[in-house]
Amino acid sequence: MALTRRTLLTLSGGLAATTALAACGSNTGRTPAPSTAPGTPVASADPSAGRPELAQWYHKYGEDGVEQAVKKWAAEYPGADVSVNWVLADYEKTLSAALLTPTAPDVFEYANGPTLDMIKAGQVEDLTDTLGGARDDFTPSVLERVTYQDKVYAIPQTVDMQLLYYRKDLFDAKGLTAPKTLAELTHAANTVADGSIGGFFAGNDGGVGVLGLLLMWAAGVEEMNEARTQAAFNTSALYDALSGYKELFDSPGMVKSASADWSDASPFINGETAMQWGGMWDLPKVIEAHGDAFDVLPFPAIGGSGRQVVPFGAFSACVSSKSANVTAAKNFVKWLWIDSEDKQVEFSNAFGTHIPAKPKLFPQATKVADGPGASAAQFVTDHGRSNALHWTPASSEAYSTAVSNVIKSGADAAAEFGSAAEKVTAELQRVAG
Amino acid sequence: MTPGPVARPEGATHRSGATLARSNRRWFWLFVTPFLAGLLVFVYAPLLWSLCLSFFDARNTVTPNRFVGLGNYTYLLADRLFVDSMVTFIAFAVFIVPLTFACSLGLALLLQRITVLRAFFRSAFFLPTAVSYVIAAMVWRMTFFNGARFGLANTLLTSLGLEPINWLGGENSWYWLALVSLRLWLQVGFYMILFIAGLNQIDPQLYEAASLDGAGAWRRFWSITFPLLRPTSVAVSMLLLFNAFQAFDEFYNMLNTVGGYPPYARPPLVYLYLISFGGGLQDLGIGSAGTMILTLVILVFSFLQNRLLSIGADR
Repeated sequence: MALTRRTLLTLSGGLAATTALAACGSNTGRTPAPSTAPGTPVASADPSAGRPELAQWYHKYGEDGVEQAVKKWAAEYPGADVSVNWVLADYEKTLSAALLTPTAPDVFEYANGPTLDMIKAGQVEDLTDTLGGARDDFTPSVLERVTYQDKVYAIPQTVDMQLLYYRKDLFDAKGLTAPKTLAELTHAANTVADGSIGGFFAGNDGGVGVLGLLLMWAAGVEEMNEARTQAAFNTSALYDALSGYKELFDSPGMVKSASADWSDASPFINGETAMQWGGMWDLPKVIEAHGDAFDVLPFPAIGGSGRQVVPFGAFSACVSSKSANVTAAKNFVKWLWIDSEDKQVEFSNAFGTHIPAKPKLFPQATKVADGPGASAAQFVTDHGRSNALHWTPASSEAYSTAVSNVIKSGADAAAEFGSAAEKVTAELQRVAG
Repeated sequence: MTPGPVARPEGATHRSGATLARSNRRWFWLFVTPFLAGLLVFVYAPLLWSLCLSFFDARNTVTPNRFVGLGNYTYLLADRLFVDSMVTFIAFAVFIVPLTFACSLGLALLLQRITVLRAFFRSAFFLPTAVSYVIAAMVWRMTFFNGARFGLANTLLTSLGLEPINWLGGENSWYWLALVSLRLWLQVGFYMILFIAGLNQIDPQLYEAASLDGAGAWRRFWSITFPLLRPTSVAVSMLLLFNAFQAFDEFYNMLNTVGGYPPYARPPLVYLYLISFGGGLQDLGIGSAGTMILTLVILVFSFLQNRLLSIGADR
């Protein structure tokens, strides 16, 4: 059949109309679920017909096997048909947009639990009753991060932390000891670096993004006052810490660009750097690559009032307030992240290295029983810090902009942090209102 | 022999004027309706809703209930980061608009002169227009302007005995080279085609007459080509400016890291995206106010464009 121009245009118009109509549809990959009023016991649902259907979202974990495991667990759940959406990139942004729509996921994970704005906007359900008597099972500091005004808004899944990987063999060869202060770290980075390997790597932005808060904490400075009404970081101790890090940043031992970002240990594994700030989740890969020729450390202390520090946090399961099956979603979260301790242990042991959110499961977490894994777990106890719920994304943005401007552009620290402190104080007053 | 009247083909039917008009209307609506519906649903409705949101405190919601008047606008206009993003746009436009203009015009003039493989070269230069900005940005970032020692540009530098450069790191301004070269590569072919179309409208006899009068190549370009290309040049300039305003893909995909988007090289759309959906922030009120400010600026430029084009048409 000859395709005339008119036929082609007609077909194009029809196709465009069809596409537009399809785009207006509401097919999110989840079949319609029967409405379940809050409080309705899910167990009473007929398993053969009308089982609640839930959509659960995860971000893409770098460790092999996680996707298969969470899909398997979802399939095992007897109380509902759970479909897992494994979001490959830009998880938080995609989720933020989805939460505005009626087809938001019923259950989703969020780093350190929902933000304060998500809680205040009513986007997530109160899970205090879901947690019930299991509250005491969880690590208190982890649970505190997902608690607002005595209500728990997420159930911690597993604890992750960041730490400093360093090549013990190269340090020994150069007569270096494990750095406990930033000055020692700078010296070590510049001593160990040569034409074939760099000294220190903390991301392709020079560590400004991931180390921003650590520089504050390591200098013995706090984000805000205890009453959470004012920024407290605008101090000379912070200026000195930034000055110290800038010295490292500008030194030849600093690796500012590598084959992967800080969250992937590949640069350390590939021999691009002798030290890398990274995640505990990559520990098995590093052990496989370097055996016992490496060790781990917390971030070093800075200045006279400084302290060593490691950040920790937990991806935590939330229930969307827009879910058509809130009760079923809560029941699923309870089943998976509170009751199914075998699965929680499996998550800690089978994929990378993670710390269980419940201290009573520590003995079963084989990856943190000895060696660098045990050291890492001890760092969380001795030096662990987690950013405060009141440290909003806007506060974080203002602070990290100041850090970047001081480190990369040589801007005046007092002016930059003064401006950032004003913004943070305004944010604290906003969220208190 | 003069041609006779064209005979109506056998079998053709007579159609009254009214029937033809009805048929034309039907076809008109058939073609226009899907696109009009798309325009209404995906452009005008969101635009109107954004206008509405811009007057509300719309954190984490698209159905806010706290009216803040012009609060979001005054916040943004006093926000250093938003002002910086406008400066970033100006810096980007200062580089990319004249550079793309000159390169596109230069290529068009060269391709007008060659007599062999003209279609091939036109296609070759036009081809990058079909490449995704995201894909191209990833290639630029991971291959050409990778700051590691093994990046292509750094390999070339070190082979010449020079120090490698952290191209996108932000402690220098080298990231502009990556951003500008990427966009230049992607869009130069499209504007080249526009210039070729403009050049084809110029009567060749003008060049012959000028040559007979002793005008050299530069004189012919400056006195004939450039003035007669004015409508095309104005249109290309404005399109380049608008595209610079809408810069997003290459910036975001080249500079965003696991640690977040850096505070430098943030064009307005990237900044507003980060406010609306990025990094845990979801302030749709301020994001919408920023969108309205940008829309207003683009409308002003559109007005100026129309004025300039009408001046060109008069001449």
